[in-house]
Amino acid sequence: MKRAALGVAGCVLAGAVLAPYGVMLLTALKPDAELRTTPPRLLPLSWRPGNFLEVLADPGFSDWLRVSLVVAAASTAIVVLAAAPAAYYTARHRFRGRTAFLFLVLVTQMFSPTALVVGLYREFFELDLVNTYAALILTNAAFNLAFAIWILRAFFASIPREIEEAAAVDGCGRLGTLGRVILPLSLPGLATAVIFAFIAAWNEYIVALTLMTAPERKPLTVGITSYVTAYVQHWNHLFAASVIAIVPVVVLFALIERHLVGGLTAGSVK
Amino acid sequence: MRARRWEALLWLGPSLALIAGVVFYPAVALVRASLGRYSITGVFQGFVGADNYARLLEQPALPAVLVNTAVWVAAVVSVSVIVSLGLAQLLNESFPGRGLVRAALIVPWAASLIMTSKLFVWIYDYYFGALNHLLISLRLIARPVDWLGDDATVMGAMIAVGIFVSLPFTTYVVLAGLAGIPGEVYEAARVDGASRWTTYRLVTLPLLKPALLVAVVLNVIYVFNSFPIVWTLNDRNPGFGHDTMITYMYKIAFKSALRDVGLAAALGVVNVALILVAVVVYLKTVRWEEAGA
Repeated sequence: MKRAALGVAGCVLAGAVLAPYGVMLLTALKPDAELRTTPPRLLPLSWRPGNFLEVLADPGFSDWLRVSLVVAAASTAIVVLAAAPAAYYTARHRFRGRTAFLFLVLVTQMFSPTALVVGLYREFFELDLVNTYAALILTNAAFNLAFAIWILRAFFASIPREIEEAAAVDGCGRLGTLGRVILPLSLPGLATAVIFAFIAAWNEYIVALTLMTAPERKPLTVGITSYVTAYVQHWNHLFAASVIAIVPVVVLFALIERHLVGGLTAGSVK
Repeated sequence: MRARRWEALLWLGPSLALIAGVVFYPAVALVRASLGRYSITGVFQGFVGADNYARLLEQPALPAVLVNTAVWVAAVVSVSVIVSLGLAQLLNESFPGRGLVRAALIVPWAASLIMTSKLFVWIYDYYFGALNHLLISLRLIARPVDWLGDDATVMGAMIAVGIFVSLPFTTYVVLAGLAGIPGEVYEAARVDGASRWTTYRLVTLPLLKPALLVAVVLNVIYVFNSFPIVWTLNDRNPGFGHDTMITYMYKIAFKSALRDVGLAAALGVVNVALILVAVVVYLKTVRWEEAGA
């Protein structure tokens, strides 16, 4: 009886959370003419999955998608390449400056690029890097570094030292040990860091909005807003594009759900 | 010993370079910009001392922006935390379909904030939005409300979206806190004959305090820094009447005829300083030295 009541409450909660995204999906399936009916209808009169094909065939959308993929993939690669050695070294060694380093990393995690956006723009303006992939990739990498360091550190620390010593006996150098022994054993942590960094870059908005002004250099988050402006209102295309951008990210996010809180609260909640 | 220092630098080098180049340097550039004057195209025209800060205090929009920021942060964080306590309690019980409910809760967290914000602009639409239609069908309102155009409702409408997207993270933090409470504690309370509510109030809540503090402080930082919701939902209102310190800064720097880099940078420095205060509170809250080292 109690379980049934809880189940009903759970259904209500899931329904409330998903309802807005239901509106998104149903609007994405409406023909243009049905966007402006009063009173509004929830379900389309004629279903139009063709909106999704039109978005996918739109050269603008292809540009934004390519930029998002390039920026998210490249910044994720940089995050892993920079975070893995730092996480490994701080997990295995005590040295002067270790606490200071971890403190610095924690502070960067608290700072989204938002508060610093005017300074970031000044920097890239002076370096003549406005409208370049490099600027956006490096910014995403720097601000997603902290999460990766926390997650990887926790996984590295849980691997017994004996395994490493065995690898050393077998003639593995320290970088070799990290790459061939430690990282494969930390795959769940590595996957979590990769997925988190990828999604954070994929969803990033304010720096892209500020730095990427050339139409063919905009990522999805910035580009798709041009489907609805003061002059054109293609809500169906905006939401078809949004659904395409959101669904893969939700699936990936669900995979790393278990590790998220630990990484975001920097080891304080156990 | 000296060799060890160099060795550490080698392993930490890539991270340090990224932080120095893309976090530390922009912070310096921000402070420098706040002390300078710039042409409308962004060309540096010389240092002006604290002039930008003095001008910031004279901006007629500033009092409203400060009040908006306080209301925005306080309302979103307090309601998110209180509602999350209930949601986490529900999701901590076992019932059929719990996994699916937890998965559903992830969606607003994983989805791009700008896309969710655009979605709510559509849902709040005066003529074609689902919200007015729903509320009229339920006879809760007699005629449509211009949620995002009426000065009386726009802040509430933005706060509602802010809460909607903050709930998942907050609920998951509370869930992690609940998972850390040992079952024997509840057993002992039951043996003592405590009712469910008494147990919650006297046992669960005090033990949740560390998780709640983390949730509050991190949410204060996230919500203060939040940009897409206010930027998007307040888009068609002229002036700065419903802006927070973050969106106001952005408009001064990059939008409208202002394009006043120095003034925006001065406000940016104030924003960064406020976040640093919150970070210090966070570190004290989690007793970072013990937890991190």
